[in-house]
Amino acid sequence: MALLRITSPHTQRAGRRTAWVMQMVILATIPGIVVQTWLFGWGTLINVMIACITALLCEAAILSLRRRAVAFFLKDYSALLTAVLLGVALPPIVPWWVTVTAVAFAIIFAKQIYGGLGNNPFNPAMVGYAIVLVSFPVPMSQWLGVQSLVSAQDTLTFTQSLQAIFQFLPVVESHALIDAYTMATPLDGFKTKDLLTAEEAFNTVPALHAANLNSWLWVNLAYLVGGLGLLWLRIITWHTPVALLGALLVMSGFFYGVDSANAASPFFHLTTGAAMFGAFFIATDPVSSCTSNRGKLIYGAGIGILIYIIRAWGGYPDGVAFAVLLMNFAAPLIDYYSQPRTYGHQKAKTGLKIGEDN
Amino acid sequence: MQATKIYSFHGGIHPEENKAQSLRLPLGRPSLPSELILPLGQHIGQSSRPLVKVGDKVLKGETIAINNGFLSSFLHASTSGTISAIEERLIAHPSGLSDLCIILAPDGQDTWTTLEPLNDWQTLSKTDVLAYLSEMGIVGMGGAGFPTQVKLQGAHKKPLSHFIINAAECEPYITADDMLMREKALELILGIEILQHLVEADKVVIGIEDNKPAAIDALTSMIKQRDSKVQVAVVPTKYPSGGEKQLIQLLTGKEVPSGQHPADIGILCHNVGTCVAVYDAITFGKPLISRFTTLTGDALKAPQNVEVLLGTPVSHLLEYADSEPKKLSRLIMGGPMMGFTLNSAAVPIVKTSNCILAASKKELPPPAPEQACIRCGMCEQACPASLLPQQLLWFSKSQEFEKAEHHNLFDCIECGACSYVCPSSIPLVQYYRHSKSSIREAREATVKSDLAKQRFEARKARQDAEAAEKEAKRLARQKATPSKAAEKKKAAPAKAAPTVAAAPAATDESKKLKVDLAIGKSKLKKLQKQLLEAQENEHLEEISNLQLQVTEQEKAVALLEEQLAKTAEAAPTAAEAKVPKPAPAPVNDDIKKAKIDLAIAKAAVKKVEKALKKAEEIQAPEIEAIRQQLKEAQQRADELENALVNPATTIPKTETTAQAAPSSVDADMTKKRKIDLAIAKAGVKKAEKNIQLLKEQGKNESEIEASEWPKKLIEAQEKLAVLEAEDTTDTVAKSQAKAEPEMDLANQIKKEKIAVALAKAQINKLNKRLESAPEDADKINQDIAATEQRLQRAEALLATLIHSQTNTQENR
Amino acid sequence: MFTVLLAIGILVALSLVFGALLGYANVRFRVEGDPIVDQIDALLPQTQCGQCGHPGCRPYAEAIANGEAINHCPPGGQATIQALADLLDVEAIPLDGDHGTETAKRVAVIREDECIGCTKCIQACPVDAILGAAKQMHTVIADECTGCDLCVDPCPVDCIDMVEIGVTAKTWSWDKPQGIAATSLNIIATDRQTEVAH
Repeated sequence: MALLRITSPHTQRAGRRTAWVMQMVILATIPGIVVQTWLFGWGTLINVMIACITALLCEAAILSLRRRAVAFFLKDYSALLTAVLLGVALPPIVPWWVTVTAVAFAIIFAKQIYGGLGNNPFNPAMVGYAIVLVSFPVPMSQWLGVQSLVSAQDTLTFTQSLQAIFQFLPVVESHALIDAYTMATPLDGFKTKDLLTAEEAFNTVPALHAANLNSWLWVNLAYLVGGLGLLWLRIITWHTPVALLGALLVMSGFFYGVDSANAASPFFHLTTGAAMFGAFFIATDPVSSCTSNRGKLIYGAGIGILIYIIRAWGGYPDGVAFAVLLMNFAAPLIDYYSQPRTYGHQKAKTGLKIGEDN
Repeated sequence: MQATKIYSFHGGIHPEENKAQSLRLPLGRPSLPSELILPLGQHIGQSSRPLVKVGDKVLKGETIAINNGFLSSFLHASTSGTISAIEERLIAHPSGLSDLCIILAPDGQDTWTTLEPLNDWQTLSKTDVLAYLSEMGIVGMGGAGFPTQVKLQGAHKKPLSHFIINAAECEPYITADDMLMREKALELILGIEILQHLVEADKVVIGIEDNKPAAIDALTSMIKQRDSKVQVAVVPTKYPSGGEKQLIQLLTGKEVPSGQHPADIGILCHNVGTCVAVYDAITFGKPLISRFTTLTGDALKAPQNVEVLLGTPVSHLLEYADSEPKKLSRLIMGGPMMGFTLNSAAVPIVKTSNCILAASKKELPPPAPEQACIRCGMCEQACPASLLPQQLLWFSKSQEFEKAEHHNLFDCIECGACSYVCPSSIPLVQYYRHSKSSIREAREATVKSDLAKQRFEARKARQDAEAAEKEAKRLARQKATPSKAAEKKKAAPAKAAPTVAAAPAATDESKKLKVDLAIGKSKLKKLQKQLLEAQENEHLEEISNLQLQVTEQEKAVALLEEQLAKTAEAAPTAAEAKVPKPAPAPVNDDIKKAKIDLAIAKAAVKKVEKALKKAEEIQAPEIEAIRQQLKEAQQRADELENALVNPATTIPKTETTAQAAPSSVDADMTKKRKIDLAIAKAGVKKAEKNIQLLKEQGKNESEIEASEWPKKLIEAQEKLAVLEAEDTTDTVAKSQAKAEPEMDLANQIKKEKIAVALAKAQINKLNKRLESAPEDADKINQDIAATEQRLQRAEALLATLIHSQTNTQENR
Repeated sequence: MFTVLLAIGILVALSLVFGALLGYANVRFRVEGDPIVDQIDALLPQTQCGQCGHPGCRPYAEAIANGEAINHCPPGGQATIQALADLLDVEAIPLDGDHGTETAKRVAVIREDECIGCTKCIQACPVDAILGAAKQMHTVIADECTGCDLCVDPCPVDCIDMVEIGVTAKTWSWDKPQGIAATSLNIIATDRQTEVAH
């Protein structure tokens, strides 16, 4: 009688495997992808496709170089998730090589070099995003506008998107095509308002036109819906998103109250750019974020504050990627100082002082 | 009756309960098995000490093992019968290892021993009642098996605010406590009342999960009926609410401080099974010999609860519950969350076995392969101790045990909630268990190494002190001697005859010679060692060179020895000349001298033998000459020995020194023989080693045959055999010839025993050789036969010796 | 000229100040003894077996402090080498086979009916773990025995066995789990999960 001999426990919660977690997060991005496609054309979907293929190829290549079971690790869907998150974060008509660079960098350098899933100190998607943002600023700043506002008065068709992404057209034509459909994002518009007051900016700058603001509101709402789904599935806890959005709200509220002539309203900050996407999909990446509930609150709040600081005074219109990466640096430290109080202990231990009694 | 406030604890999980299966059938009582296996260590602490011998007849309830120290327990026969063995058997332990068990063969009568209930427990002192409970073998039946009397004693150090009876039974599948409460509600309440009398707590609460309505009803109605002060607190079903610490938190809101016991915060916790056992012991005098156990799992056709005798093999219960061996894939003792797998159904039920889960593969599939931890935090949300399991995993994996300890690894109760929820199927609990035991082992190793260091340093200090003392004495002597001599010279210069001067001069000379000799010998030893190394490493040019040096050194040493002997000769004569000694003294001195001569002769023999051996090894041409030398040396030694023995025997027996002489000769002979034997053995070993080496070098058999070594091996073995035979026959002769006093008899027996052991070892060796070299079978078989003969002789002699020894003893 | 003198003056003053500071620190924060030797000694297994070629563990600790290789201690094995490597911040090297191989923990046991009472093993034992007297049977105090082997050779009748300390149910412990599905080849640093990271 060959009986199995293993350690307890002998039973496991059915179904909720790592691959399932990854799949659910990917599925939760669908509302956002749908809204982005509806507003900005097929570019987002094409980006996601390119990103997925690149991610799988890179992951497989590195895994086989590392002599790992390729199929076993590909089946955890983590590479696909990174790809999807990058695909939706990049501008919809960004040239294909930008996407490939971002994804390859994310998978190879931000993830596999550190030992693969679970060992990366930084959010791979955001590392990839930051790299292309710094390296290729021009294509990265070309966001599409809503059809009522751009000169073409239309969204890109599927072929046009392909042409733009794969750069089939001659340079001049390509430029004309892109110029006809792109416009600045609201955050970009607000950042470059120069000497205008906030009110003047909202009245005059095209990027800050109500239609454009609304389109971004829709995008953020879609990601909020996806994020609530993840909360409902208990894949993420409320701590990080609430702390992030709360900190962003407090920061923007405070400065709006102090100087409403030059600062944007909290509502503007929460509904433009990658606020919701960052709060529910990026900052909640468990591998690179803090681990205890208290730590998650600190971590989320830190990201929220940094987002506002970068948006208001930094060099880039949006700051989610940099804010997340900066807080990734701080995560281990926060972890050491935010341990929960263990059962039977008077107070929580902090730091890593070895040999102390508590 | 006021309701108890229910608090909550962090985390927890809701695994599928699976409790209904085992509650469909009523309580079962399996028949007597063919044998009962009673492990001596069924509890935490020291194993019990058996009181019975194999073959003893015992009655049901009779004590068969008693406690072995403070933290230990008694053990009783579960039924009447015969002790058939006390031996190592597989025990109920995750390691699957064996331990000492008392095996009881039931006689089928099930006759009780005389029971002595403790009817006056209310008037007796509490210490007496506790001692009685200890004798009844009662231990905690919830899982750990902590001796109950020890726990109760611990509860006296602080007034108790709560006495909690743990009826939560939070593990899936298990319903033994549920069934116990339904069947024995009255006994339970009475048992609780006895314990409450002993501990006098402010509040007595039974903590029970809300998934056992029948038991709750039974308890509440019984409490109402008896108008008892016991309260029933119903807690929501959540694993692990039955953990002692978690139940305390649920019912009192207090936490047991880390590293302390519930008693330290005025709380005592007992399992329902323990309470019933206490009642049975006090009221009927029945020791703990049976318990309620759940038999469940898909591989059983009739899952149910049983009242089973301790020691019943699991296989017997599986048969009773109609198991389907084909479906059985995992056999678990305990529940699916904290139980451990058994790899054999021969394991017995012990005091802590609350469940046997015979699971099919579909029911408890093998765990999925471990994936990377994504730090999702699900474990943290589930941990009832508010730990950070993901951090603990990280530190456990990288063996950063200090950090793991800092993250409170030792507050982990190993409930398995983290592993249960882990999406990456990481066996977290196993990592923690491994880390914990590594830390414990490291601690023990530190303690041990500190102790070793301490002892080493103490020894060194002692040796230094001894050396210093010696040195001081030597210095004192050195100072004293010249001054005395000077005084003497001054006092009697005329009388200072040459003889007087000669004595100290002679001793001085001999001292110097001795020092030289020691130096020379150590040099020789060093050279010999080098030579041996060179031979082993086959440095040919070095060998011849070293050989030369060795011979020279040997010569030098021999010369020194001779000189020393001469001075030794001179010294006594000088002394004799100086002072006439009492009559026996000269004989004494003669013997001494003869002994010295003999020793020298023997040393010479030894040396020549060594040289011969070496010569043989390197096939030196001078073998013959050395052999001749050996013969001569041997002859001289024999002569000397004879000379020594003869005068010694002529000396009257009253002379103690002379009496000692023959025995010392014997001792010398034995020593010599031993040395010879050792040399012969070394030769054999060497030859074997060389053959082995050749084999390793990939030489084939014929090549090995062609080389000298096999021949040499056989030669050496023959020599060894001869020597051993001599040794034996010699002892035989000696023992036959002399009527030795008893002490010598004992020595002889010892010697003979050694001879027997040697012969046996030789046979073993030969047998081994026979296996490895079947082509030499004839020769080896002959050898074996010879050795066996020798062995028989030695054994026979040993028997007669022992016989005569007993006779002498009896005669006294 | 004045500036030059000023500069020189300032430098002199500074050097005096710092010199005084260093001198004070030297007196105030003097470290007694040689702490690194103590630290090394604490990591060694204290079997006092001499397999490293030194008469005891402390002499070897001193030798390590003076630059001897850290891989000469078979009783400590790879774990001790790793601990020493961490302490001294050098690379952990495999055990030097010349000094012996790492074996399971052992304890000396005297076959008592064969013992002739020569006390040779008692003299050889570095930790006084053998009990007995001349012409009396000797026995090993198992709890004190470090398993150093030193008593085996001196025994003239070969009655001392080195017995491996087996695992009993009390001393048994769970193995470390296998880890994530991986092959034997480790290419990058984090593949070596057992390595102590800092």
